[in-house]
Amino acid sequence: MYDFLVIGAGISGALIARDLSKYQCSVAILEKDNDVANGVTSGNSAMIHSGHDPKDGTMKLKMNLRGNEMWEDLCKELKVDFWRNGAMVVAVSEEELPALHKLHKQAIDRKVPCRLLNHDEALAMEPNLSDHVVEAMDLPTTGLVSPWESCIAAIEDAMNNGVELFLGNKVEKIVKHADHYEVHTTKGVYQSRFVINAAGLYADKIYGMVSDCTDWKINPRKGEYFILDKQNPTIVTRTIYPLPSEKGKGVLVIPTVHHNVLLGPNSEPIDDPEANDNTYDALEYVRREVGKCVKNIPMGDNIRTYAGLRPTGSTNDFIIEEAKDAERFINVACIESPGLASAPAISEYVLNEIISKKFDLVKKTEPRIERRPWIIMNRMDMDAKQELVNGDTKFAQMICRCEHISEGEIVDIIHRNCGATTVKGVKRRVRPGAGRCQGGFCEPKVVAILARELKVSPLDVLLDGDDSHLLLERTKG
Amino acid sequence: MKTYDLVVIGGGSAGLAAAISAYDNGVTDILILERDKELGGILNQCIHNGFGLHTFKEELSGPSYAERFITMIHDRGIQFKLNAMVTHLSDEKVVEYVTPAEGYVRIQAKAVILAMGCRERTRGAIAVPGYRPAGIWSAGTAQRYLNMEGYMVGRKVFILGSGDIGLIMARRMSLEGAQVMGVAEIMPYSNGLPRNIKQCLEDFDIPLFLSHTISRIEGKQRVNQVTIQQVDDKMKPIAGTEKVFDVDTVLFSVGLIPENALSEEAEVKLHRRTKGPIVDESYQTNVDGIFACGNVLHVHDLVDWVSQEGTKAGKAASRYLKKELVEGGSTIDLDAGIGVGYIVPHKVNPDNIGATVECMFRVTRTYKNVFVKVYKDGEVIKTVKKRAMAPAEMENIVLKKEDLAGCKKNILIQVSEEQ
Repeated sequence: MYDFLVIGAGISGALIARDLSKYQCSVAILEKDNDVANGVTSGNSAMIHSGHDPKDGTMKLKMNLRGNEMWEDLCKELKVDFWRNGAMVVAVSEEELPALHKLHKQAIDRKVPCRLLNHDEALAMEPNLSDHVVEAMDLPTTGLVSPWESCIAAIEDAMNNGVELFLGNKVEKIVKHADHYEVHTTKGVYQSRFVINAAGLYADKIYGMVSDCTDWKINPRKGEYFILDKQNPTIVTRTIYPLPSEKGKGVLVIPTVHHNVLLGPNSEPIDDPEANDNTYDALEYVRREVGKCVKNIPMGDNIRTYAGLRPTGSTNDFIIEEAKDAERFINVACIESPGLASAPAISEYVLNEIISKKFDLVKKTEPRIERRPWIIMNRMDMDAKQELVNGDTKFAQMICRCEHISEGEIVDIIHRNCGATTVKGVKRRVRPGAGRCQGGFCEPKVVAILARELKVSPLDVLLDGDDSHLLLERTKG
Repeated sequence: MKTYDLVVIGGGSAGLAAAISAYDNGVTDILILERDKELGGILNQCIHNGFGLHTFKEELSGPSYAERFITMIHDRGIQFKLNAMVTHLSDEKVVEYVTPAEGYVRIQAKAVILAMGCRERTRGAIAVPGYRPAGIWSAGTAQRYLNMEGYMVGRKVFILGSGDIGLIMARRMSLEGAQVMGVAEIMPYSNGLPRNIKQCLEDFDIPLFLSHTISRIEGKQRVNQVTIQQVDDKMKPIAGTEKVFDVDTVLFSVGLIPENALSEEAEVKLHRRTKGPIVDESYQTNVDGIFACGNVLHVHDLVDWVSQEGTKAGKAASRYLKKELVEGGSTIDLDAGIGVGYIVPHKVNPDNIGATVECMFRVTRTYKNVFVKVYKDGEVIKTVKKRAMAPAEMENIVLKKEDLAGCKKNILIQVSEEQ
């Protein structure tokens, strides 16, 4: 019997599990996929919004403002990247000015640091802004993280401190008992006093397993993006927002913590919560729209496209509450944008405002085990690199030629809590395959390393999901 | 810091030929840095034959062709390091590399030859819509899995792009028992060598769909279907022309891109069209003592031309080291006119050439019965009749030293319908 079962190993569930690991209680995470951070967390804009945008009176606003304050320290604790790169909302015509000024007033009312800039001031700060920019609003507290790296690190950190992770456990049925829940998955049965439903796109289905309520549901939306090759400096330093319209925040130009640049997203409703495909029309839309605010975009440096799915709720707000007819069953649902920015605040709220009213949260007395950061050699100086090589020559065997990633770095992230078991898992932790060759040169080497370290045949190495085998058989020889 | 007269970055066909040529021209203090576990570069995975017709007057497999050069390296006692990845190159010719045997090492070169080759353009780069499951590779990666690692990547295959690697892989996969359902090419003509179209597609009854592209890839875990569509003259898919194929694998052979990340670190200027360094008649870049040859300079279609270019660059580097190259002086730009995509070299210093200089170029589209005209300062000085030209086949034209004499502005090469 666990005290807490978290369903879903995305950023929301990960941070809640990690925060619970600071207290005297037993915690387990159930995840349907074979790796964490695999759903909504792996397909979004990676932004820590300032809080200027959500509607007044919403949980989105409350959580976003608090989350923005929390992320930088959280990243320090997790030892992952955080970049407070700032953002600009730009008006590209006189007609857009009233909307910009309204947003500016809203930001001031919320005490979000902001400043209106005229054309020259804006261009001086971001020389690649469109020449049509009339005015812009500077939002210096906006930041960037790597969503999946943060999520993976949080779960690793939680596991270092006692949390259990069960992958490949798709929840099929939940039985409500007087003082606990029995959660049936594709792999087993788990019992817990509390259940935290952080199941992303499937949160309404999980909720439906314990409740007859239909007070909210999820209507997924898809957003598509281009990823440009690393740039130094990036074409824009700040994230550039067009003015939001009824279709969402519009097409953004977003640097990343790795100095790539994201272009997107569009926003389209979809029926299938697994339909993360790219479509011709959406990519054309992004291509067309993106030049509205920024000029000189090197579209020829595009290295990949992707699509992210958002668990948009029917109430248009986050659902963060104990279920109305299921005690100790806590919904953390409909966490669409600004969900990533809000995630640490959501976890804080769940512990302080919901759990603490029903469970005595007592801090652990033993010291916390700190997470050892990933080894990133291309950010080290020669001496530090040589010291690693002196310990293990695998750090001198280069696997990825685009980003200079060594075999040692890859082996390290396989043998950790929440370690990589798939080619995509390796890519999301230390990036071989994320560069301009997209794995063309390193993938065969990564497959061989995974097979050797996991003691399986290369034929059993997966790209991603359980049926995503890469190699089919040996050649005739 | 250890010093070398000449450091060659890359031990593939260009680097090997360059090192041998520099050695034979009197430079013996040479180091080749090769990132893979053996010399030979991409030739090692090209187990088909057809290599060396021009160089050795016989048809060799890729590894055999490489072996001839590797033997010459051994015979001369030229030093090389394997598993050696160059992590940094400066414009002062300081080379930083890493190998498991030595760790991180910094050396000073008096001259550097860039011979890093090229990489394949990917599915991501051309933004093909659909899912991103297992079963999608660039053709060269699939070739490595098959020919070097010994694994079959698919049973039912569709190929986008009629570049040579794609064509070779169509045959290779067929021979290995896979069913190749077709090859789509977005251009109205093939981008592969005519002999590969014949031997790799026609001989195996594999259909080639010209003016077609893959418009969608299906399959959430592994590829299970592709849709191809005819494109209009703006390369946009035409509604109603969809053809669907049930396949488990899609290979992309949609172009090669010179690998110049290191060159850029050393402030080597790149050419907009070739994506390789801008070089003069000696294959020297804008950075003093840094030379370039092979696919890092511009993408070739025959390895023989790569070796030939390496040989010339190696000889030029030896002349540089012996201080035989005339610095400065007046250089003449070789400019690409109508119908010509680019010319290598990009400029010529007549003082540094022998009797002639060979200009390699590619045309921008297919041509039949036209004339290639060379203009000096606007005046035609040479006309060559061409029965057929295509972007897939590199052309060359030889200029004599006297052709260049008195040139004030530039030499322009262009294609003309009229004599």
